[in-house]
Amino acid sequence: MIANRSDLSVLKPFRFSAGEPFRLRTLHGVALVLALIVVVGIGEAQAQAGGRPGIVATILKWTPLLAQGFALNIAMSFMAMAIGTIAGVPLGLALISLLPPVRAGSWLVTQIFRNAPWLVLLFYCMLLLPFEFRIGNTIIPLPGWLKSTFGLALPVMANTAELVRGAVRSIPFGQWEAAESLAMTRRQTMWMVILPQCVKRMLPPWMNLYAILTVATPLTSVVGVSEAMTLTGDILSSEARTELLVPMYLYLLLWFFIYCYPIARATLALEKRFAVK
Amino acid sequence: MALDFQPVWDWFRVLHETSGIKLTIFYDNFDRWRFFNGFLTSVRLMGVCLVASVVIGVVGAWIQGSRLRALRLVTQGYIQFFRNTPPLVQLYFFYFALGSYLKVTTGNGMSVPIVSNFTWAAICLSFYAGAFNVEIFRAGIEAVPRETLEAAESLGYSRLKAYVYVILPLAFRISLPALNNNLVNLIKTTTIAYAIAVPEMLYVANQIWSDESNVPEMMNVLLIVYVALVGLLVWVMSRWERALTIPGYSPV
Amino acid sequence: MPWTPDQPLVSIKDVHKTFGNVEVLKGITMDVMKREVVCIIGPSGSGKSTLLRCVNALVPIEKGSILVEGQEVNDPKLDKLALRRKVGMVFQQYNLFPHKTALENVMMAPVHVLKRDRKEVEAQARALIAKVRLTGKEGSYPGELSGGQQQRIAIARSLAMNPDVMLFDEVTAALDPETVKGVLVTIRELAEDGMTCMIVTHEMGFAREVANQIYFTDGGVLVEHGPPKEFFANPKDARTKQFLDQIL
Repeated sequence: MIANRSDLSVLKPFRFSAGEPFRLRTLHGVALVLALIVVVGIGEAQAQAGGRPGIVATILKWTPLLAQGFALNIAMSFMAMAIGTIAGVPLGLALISLLPPVRAGSWLVTQIFRNAPWLVLLFYCMLLLPFEFRIGNTIIPLPGWLKSTFGLALPVMANTAELVRGAVRSIPFGQWEAAESLAMTRRQTMWMVILPQCVKRMLPPWMNLYAILTVATPLTSVVGVSEAMTLTGDILSSEARTELLVPMYLYLLLWFFIYCYPIARATLALEKRFAVK
Repeated sequence: MALDFQPVWDWFRVLHETSGIKLTIFYDNFDRWRFFNGFLTSVRLMGVCLVASVVIGVVGAWIQGSRLRALRLVTQGYIQFFRNTPPLVQLYFFYFALGSYLKVTTGNGMSVPIVSNFTWAAICLSFYAGAFNVEIFRAGIEAVPRETLEAAESLGYSRLKAYVYVILPLAFRISLPALNNNLVNLIKTTTIAYAIAVPEMLYVANQIWSDESNVPEMMNVLLIVYVALVGLLVWVMSRWERALTIPGYSPV
Repeated sequence: MPWTPDQPLVSIKDVHKTFGNVEVLKGITMDVMKREVVCIIGPSGSGKSTLLRCVNALVPIEKGSILVEGQEVNDPKLDKLALRRKVGMVFQQYNLFPHKTALENVMMAPVHVLKRDRKEVEAQARALIAKVRLTGKEGSYPGELSGGQQQRIAIARSLAMNPDVMLFDEVTAALDPETVKGVLVTIRELAEDGMTCMIVTHEMGFAREVANQIYFTDGGVLVEHGPPKEFFANPKDARTKQFLDQIL
């Protein structure tokens, strides 16, 4: 039957993918830097004409502050990814459970958090999570960025669950048959045969998810977290110079690019390594 | 012949009085009107972006196959920019940075933007999703084995006819799952229009809860409505997908 | 009623199986005695593979009975694990676990399912790998082995469970012709050592050599059976003749 041999994608199960994977290339970095240079150049010209300090100088002046903000973005992305993955894996296993209520419940949770817009989830967490948390006599404050991190962790959890389910379903049925005919229980089959093979398959789309998450952290600026995006806006309004607009935003983009690019290369390398059977 | 919903609205008013659940969007005329308009704006934005992004995707994929290198490079540049930068930043870029140049001075000396924020949001989001669609369609076309095209041509089909009758139907089916995923992402992303004050649902809900202090109720309503909208799209898309499956080839 | 060796090891009575709208097995009846080697041949889609899977309880049957050493397979309360310790199966696609070495593949089930002592299992595994003539490949991953080698490791893996009957589902169909022989030799040695085997195969020459009984199925029905000499020389049914004419 053709399905065994062909690489016609129409015959393959649907994989989680927002189109082609998020692939940063050196070309993008080069283009970004070029654009920055051009725009800064123009801006400098305007600045000189108006007798104000140069663009490059201004950008450099604000860089430390921007770096702090960006560090928050990274911290949030790490935490959200960690929390989301730790919650998502058991959820993914629940999606393929043999017990109908477990399957139905986890399906519902996954659907809700996959279908809700990230911004709405952020608002939800920001506004509805308490600003502090009491356990016995200790009060743990929940700062805004932490609540946003939970908000980001929710879609990560749902997407990870789908990833897990997709990976398990992509293991050839013959593996299940072989394990079954060797008298292995379902649990043994899952943990010793299926899941170890899934880890490799899940890694590239999981890293892709991280890239998407990182690029989504600026959303938290809308709910008031003081991360790189908010700070850029603050800087721009304090400087109040139109020729600074484009360079600043490009500069912000450059920061994201410099962070995401190595991750994209690593993902590509991993995909290649794990691709061919 | 208007249906009388007043009893329904009254029920919600009673709900507020008895249990404290404040759903003014039902029993207060102004809030109801506001929210409904916000909902319509959201749906309008989603609809425009859905259609426009698919069109952009098709056109872009077509251009990608062109002989002119310059044309291909320009399209590539567009795609890479929109795919690898955060959509929120793109939106700000368009609205604030580009929008500041596209101002027109009216009679009384005020500078007014030519392009409304709704339009900017629609443009930005359509191009954002369109960039992904170009890749999706291109990948779909490439995934059809060359032998299929050769077989079609050796049966006498011209290149164009082969594409229309053989390649594109297959490519479309191949692209459909990824396209569906992308369109679902698109309508979730439309919420970022909030950031440039487009009066879509999230924005209007914000206004309402600021006025009425009913944050939990409004958040829950928002969550339910968005999940339902997205769920509706997912359902429609999966029905379409199923209607298009080729019998005997269904995966898994 | 405890099973004794004078009764058939595998007793299949009037088995029916339907997939969706298609009835794949329409009342198959056959007996396999201990130490007997049975080859099942027939055109594609005649239900041969399904039959093997029914014996191993990988596929439930709608009607009929399958007794393996006196134990009824078509029983909702069947102890599947106990059944699969008696019945070993080797598949067309080998289905080795790609993330484990050859030795680990062979050792996994006895250690984790039978809970036997690891050292003992390892010794047996190495002996089995030697038996299938793959000494030196214990540390190789399935991806590093040829198809025929993988299939032989798969055979060793099933043998490690010390089954009473081995089921072979078209095990050479996915192999290159050069490697087919190696696998067939292995199976023949097994048969000569006295293992009860049910073999679904297209290899007529092999079937003629090794089998005690040949069964011919077509369209889910058992058409004819007999010892190989008779079967190939004087097929009685018209369908059998037609099939053999196409193959031989």
